[in-house]
Amino acid sequence: MSKTIKTGLAALAGVALTTLMAGTAMADPALVYDGGGKFDASFNESAYNGAQRFMDETGQAYQDLEISGDAQREQAIRQFAARGNNPIVLPGFSWETALRSVAPDFPDTSFLIIDTVVDDIENVRSVVFKEHEGSFLVGALAAMATESGTIGFIPAFDFSLLQAFGCGYKQGAAYIDPEVEVIETAIGTGFDAFNNPGGGTEVALSQIDRGADVIYHAAGGAGVGVLQAAADSGVLGIGVDSNQNHLHPGQVLTSMIKRVDVAVYNAFEDFANDEWTNDVQVLGLAEEGVGAAFDDNNAELITDEMRTTVDEITAAIISGEIVVHDYREDESCPV
Amino acid sequence: MEDIISILITTIRVSTPLILACLAGLYSERAGIVDIGLEGKLLGSAFGAAVVASVTGNVWLGLLAGIGVSMMFSAVHGLASINFRGNQIISGVALNFLASGLTVFLGAAWFGRGGNTPPLTGDARFYGIRLPFAQEVSGVPIIGPIYSGLLSGHTILTYLAFLAVPLTAWVLWRTRFGLRLRAVGENPKALDTAGMSVSWLRYKALMITAVLVGMGGAYLSTAQAASFSREMSSGRGYIALAALIFAKWKPYPALGACLLFGFLEAMQYRLQGVDLPLIGRVPTQAMQALPYVLTILLLAGFVGRAIAPKAAGQPYVKER
Repeated sequence: MSKTIKTGLAALAGVALTTLMAGTAMADPALVYDGGGKFDASFNESAYNGAQRFMDETGQAYQDLEISGDAQREQAIRQFAARGNNPIVLPGFSWETALRSVAPDFPDTSFLIIDTVVDDIENVRSVVFKEHEGSFLVGALAAMATESGTIGFIPAFDFSLLQAFGCGYKQGAAYIDPEVEVIETAIGTGFDAFNNPGGGTEVALSQIDRGADVIYHAAGGAGVGVLQAAADSGVLGIGVDSNQNHLHPGQVLTSMIKRVDVAVYNAFEDFANDEWTNDVQVLGLAEEGVGAAFDDNNAELITDEMRTTVDEITAAIISGEIVVHDYREDESCPV
Repeated sequence: MEDIISILITTIRVSTPLILACLAGLYSERAGIVDIGLEGKLLGSAFGAAVVASVTGNVWLGLLAGIGVSMMFSAVHGLASINFRGNQIISGVALNFLASGLTVFLGAAWFGRGGNTPPLTGDARFYGIRLPFAQEVSGVPIIGPIYSGLLSGHTILTYLAFLAVPLTAWVLWRTRFGLRLRAVGENPKALDTAGMSVSWLRYKALMITAVLVGMGGAYLSTAQAASFSREMSSGRGYIALAALIFAKWKPYPALGACLLFGFLEAMQYRLQGVDLPLIGRVPTQAMQALPYVLTILLLAGFVGRAIAPKAAGQPYVKER
C-alpha cells in the first residue's frame, strides 16, 4: 500500500518537475539551423539575423542549435518540442521529413518551415519565396553586365527548387537580350553538393573557360567556392540568399536576397502577439521577400541605367505586367 | 584545342591531391604498412591547414599544421600497427572515422559555420605561380597555350607533387634507404637478421607518408578551395589507394593512374550540358557517374594481376 503511494508521489513529483521545467522554457522560441551551419554567410545566417534582430528589439531570448548530421534532425526537433520551446523554426526544405514525424505528436507547439510547403499538418506554418522573381532581376542585371554575351548558372544539383532559381535567371537575361547564352552546370548529384566548395570552384572555372563572365550560384555553402573562383579570375559572381556582396567587394555583381530573416522575425513576432497563423505564406517581390542587393560593395558595378531598369522590372512584375514563370509549376522552363 | 587545354588544366588541378596521397600510400605500403587511413589524413590535414592559415593569416604555417596533423595520425597508426601489432585496416578505418567526426565537431565549436572554416584571403592561401616568360610565349601557336596555360599558373604544391614522382622513384630504387624500405615490406626478417630495426624503418616510411599526404590535405583547403568544408576530401584517399593498386605500387604508373582519375573528374565538370559530336547532349548524371564506372572497369578488367608487397598488412614479430 505504502509502496503504491510512494510511487504515486514520485510520479506526481516527476510530473510537477517536468511542468515546472517546461514552464521556464515555455516562452523561448527555438531555431534549428540547416546543414550549412549558423554562419554560412548565406541562408542560415539570414535566419540567425532575423532571430537576433527580434531578440535585440524585444529582449526575447531564443534557443538555437546546429546539427552535425541528418540523423540528428528528428531528435533535435523532438527535444525542443518536448522541452516546451515554442514556436520552433526550421529553415530549409531538408527539415520536411523530420517535421512530418514530429509535428503531429506536439499539437500545441507551432512550427515554421521555410522553403517548402507542409499544409496538411495543422500546427505548421510554411513560408516559401518566389525565388524565380528575384532571380529574374539578377538575370536581367547579369545580361546588362556581361561583355562576352555568355553568363553562367551553377545549382548545387538538379533539383526543382534550384531549377526555379535558374529558370527565373534565364527569363530575366532573355528579357534584356534574347541573344545572351546561359551555361548551366551542376556541382554534384545530391545534398552533399551544398558542402562542396572545391567542386563549386572547378565548375565555375570551367564555365569561365567557356566564356561566362557573370556567374550566379544557387549552391548554399558551395557557392563560396563559385564566388571565389569568379573573383580570382576577374569575372563577376552573383550571390544568393543572404547579401553576399561583401565577400569579394567589387567582384560580386549583386545578390539575390531571400528575406529568410523576415520570415523568422515575423514568426517570432506573430507568436509573441498571439497572431500566429498556420498557413502558407508566399513572399515575392511585392512582399519584399526577395530582391536584388545593392550596397556600397557593388555600387561601382551598377550603373544608373541598370538600377533604373531593375526598378522598372520590379514595378512591372508587381503589377503583373511581367509574369515570371515558376519552374515548379510544370517542371519546365520556357527559355 | 582550347577545350582540350582547359580540360587538361583542370585535370592537373584535381590530380594534385591524388598524386600526393598516392605517393604517400606508396611509401607506407612499400614498407609493409597498409594505410587505409589516407582518407582521414587528407581530411584532418585539410582541416588543420585551413584552421591555422585562417587564424594566423599565413599559409605556410597552415601547411606545417596540415603536415603536423597527418604526422599525429601517422603516429597513432604506427603505434597501433607497428608497436602493438594491431590490425592495420582497423586502425586506418578508425582514423578515418576520427577525422570525419573530429573536424566537424571542432570546426562547429570554433567557427560556428556547420563545420566549415572562414574563407581564406590574402597570404592565408596558395596562389598560382606564373612561370617565367609565360606571358611572352602565350601567343606562340601550340607551345604558347601549352606552356602558359597548361604548365604555368599552378600553385607550388602542384609543382611539388609532380616533382615528388621522379624523386620517389629515385629514392626507392637508387638509394640504400629505398632498398631497405622496399625490403622491409617484402621480407622484414632479412633486415632484422642483418641487424636493422624493422620498426624504425617503418616509422620513417610513415613519416614520409605524413608529409606527402599533409601537403595533399593542405592543397584541398588552402590552394584548390579557400576554406575547409566538412568531408571535403570526399573519397580522394580511397581513389588514391585504388590508383596505387592500379599502378602496381610503382611511382610513374601511379602518376599515370592519378592523372587518369583526375582527367575523368575534369571531364565530368567540363562536359555537362555540352553537345558532343555523334552522341549529342549527355545527361548530367551519366557524366557524373563516369569516373566511378571507369574506376570499376579499370580495376576489374585491365590491371592484370596486382601483387602487393609481400609483408604489407602483417605486423612484424621478431621471435615466435
